[in-house]
Amino acid sequence: MPEISYRQAIKDALAEEIERDENVVIIGEEVAQYNGAYKVTEGLLERYGPKRIVDAPISEAGFIGMGIGASMLGVRPVMELMFWSFAYVAWDQMINNAGCVRYMSGGLINVPIVIRGPANGGTNVGATHSHTPENLIANMPGLKVVCPATPYDAKGLMKAAIRDNDPVYVMESTLLYGTTGEVPEEEYVIPLGKADIKREGTDVTIVCHGPSVPVALTAAQILKDEHDIEAEVVDLRSIRPLDEDTIIESVKKTNRAVLVEENRPFCGVDAQIAYTIQNKAFDYLDAPVQRVSTIDAPAIYSPAVEPEQLPKASTVVEKVLGIM
Amino acid sequence: MTAKTTPKKRVKPATSNLAKEAKLPINKGLSKEEQIGFYRDMVRIRRFEERSLRVYQQGKIGGFLHLYIGQESIAVACASLMGDHDHMITAYRNHGHALAVGMNMNECMAELLGKATGCSKGKGGSMHFFAPDKNYWGGHGIVGGQIPLGVGLAYGVKYKGQTGSAMAFMGDGAINQGAVHEAYNLAALWDLPAIFIIENNGYSMGTSQERSSSHPAEGLAARAEGYGMAWENINGESLFAIRDGVGRAIKRAHEESKPTVLEIHTYRYQGHSVADANAKKYRTKEEIDDYRKNHDPLNVYRLYLLDQKIMSEDEMKEIDSEAKQEAEVAAQFADESEFPTAESITEDVYWEADNPDQRTSEGRLFFND
Repeated sequence: MPEISYRQAIKDALAEEIERDENVVIIGEEVAQYNGAYKVTEGLLERYGPKRIVDAPISEAGFIGMGIGASMLGVRPVMELMFWSFAYVAWDQMINNAGCVRYMSGGLINVPIVIRGPANGGTNVGATHSHTPENLIANMPGLKVVCPATPYDAKGLMKAAIRDNDPVYVMESTLLYGTTGEVPEEEYVIPLGKADIKREGTDVTIVCHGPSVPVALTAAQILKDEHDIEAEVVDLRSIRPLDEDTIIESVKKTNRAVLVEENRPFCGVDAQIAYTIQNKAFDYLDAPVQRVSTIDAPAIYSPAVEPEQLPKASTVVEKVLGIM
Repeated sequence: MTAKTTPKKRVKPATSNLAKEAKLPINKGLSKEEQIGFYRDMVRIRRFEERSLRVYQQGKIGGFLHLYIGQESIAVACASLMGDHDHMITAYRNHGHALAVGMNMNECMAELLGKATGCSKGKGGSMHFFAPDKNYWGGHGIVGGQIPLGVGLAYGVKYKGQTGSAMAFMGDGAINQGAVHEAYNLAALWDLPAIFIIENNGYSMGTSQERSSSHPAEGLAARAEGYGMAWENINGESLFAIRDGVGRAIKRAHEESKPTVLEIHTYRYQGHSVADANAKKYRTKEEIDDYRKNHDPLNVYRLYLLDQKIMSEDEMKEIDSEAKQEAEVAAQFADESEFPTAESITEDVYWEADNPDQRTSEGRLFFND
């Protein structure tokens, strides 16, 4: 199986879907002539032309809203946000319009739109460019949100998102774009709402998603090498819909859970996961559920200190050791 | 460069002359039946809303009720020009547009009462009527938020290679929202067949235009100059003047795929919403009376029809009583309809949840335990 980058995997998904469905159109800032702020769309303008690959002005409320309106008519826009942090200027469009119009119309109108872009800290760009709003989106019924962590997942989930008839918001990571992994040449689609066990284990379940997946895997390796602990790493992949069964099955097997995410702790995704575990696996727990989140403050700039604010493998190891 | 002193007065077009405007190219071919039809449509909207006001006062309608009374000529004139690929989207003062595109009174009244038989199954309410089968896309609650969607409809029309347009309506209060200006820029930048229609009734809730908007001497639509867009001021009391101006914008959209901004001068007699207790505090009784007496679009049109002997008083009375009866039947229908079930709260949220046979995703969509 060829190894390709996360960036290439997303690009391949976009290209395949553009070829499969004439209604798929890529719209965003610098996606066409500039070849993408992160080169995710590199070469697509040359291959598919300006009708399918469209440069938008810096005008998120305008062009995201426009995409939502076009999707109501059956166009299937894939909108790129240069950063998910910029979603807030388009929030009314993304929440009130994309999230509510199906409901308010009694099911008469669908919004088959994808909004994608990176949502992560760790790149020293300060508080306004480091948001991870998957928890906020997941709080909005009507919207779906996925956070792929590997090239394989990024491609399969992106294709599912584009084919979905509901709005799907895809959160990527600038730190993952350059990572590589095996991706089959033949076509595949990964259903939304299906978690993936990234590492099997018997002693503790580490639940994670998006940029926290590599953190959890590093912690699992340390636990194995230095403490002879076999951690099972469950990558949610999709936040809403959510695969509760895989989480609960794993916890029933390991009897312990540590939840890792880049959200802040208060009302983060893992607050919901912790609730689910205590509700559905209470009798299987040998210890309280633990969490590792981003330290509860806006993202600090200082390059020397920012890694301290984000979830660290060493903290995950400490939390695991604390409940063993 | 020194900025000019900003003229903040509302620009009102000259008094209408329907007999003259009836001879404009877009109107001169109208049959007697078509002209009577416009009258019927305006009367139906007014009687529906008057009836809905009574239902509101009886305590049967929750939340807001933004009445269109005084502005009916706009929705009727615009709807009369719609072809297969011409679309309409508006804000929360949307009952007139809904009836004008052909939604029926029963489904509209039932929606006001929050009944399952309502156009949105009781899930949208007064501000959120939709009929995509009639190219009518709502009915939106956030001031100006619908305008990017309207540009998206225009984008969709162009993307699919259709000859059409998207009329995106807003009030004079929406024109200071950032999303509106972003939408203007996109429509002009990409040559989209969008028609921005500012229904200027002079007040954004209780704040007059003079107190809310800085604009060129020619008015609000003239801001289009900044985006290189065509614009026009239209006298909203004349259904024929509206058809004339909107017709030009539709032609521009269809033939050149270019956007237009139209400012249509109009007036609402009721408050911003029925709950607007200050409706007569931020404006004078004399002002309201002057509009009612001299500029009411329905009355102005009525006088034209009588003057031209297109209709008699008796024929008008018949249309009037039919409309009242239709509204009465709608009120009864709404009253007798069932409320949606509590189970239906989680329907119409996700397409996938409503179409389980075709669902491709897995996992939980709802979290209600």
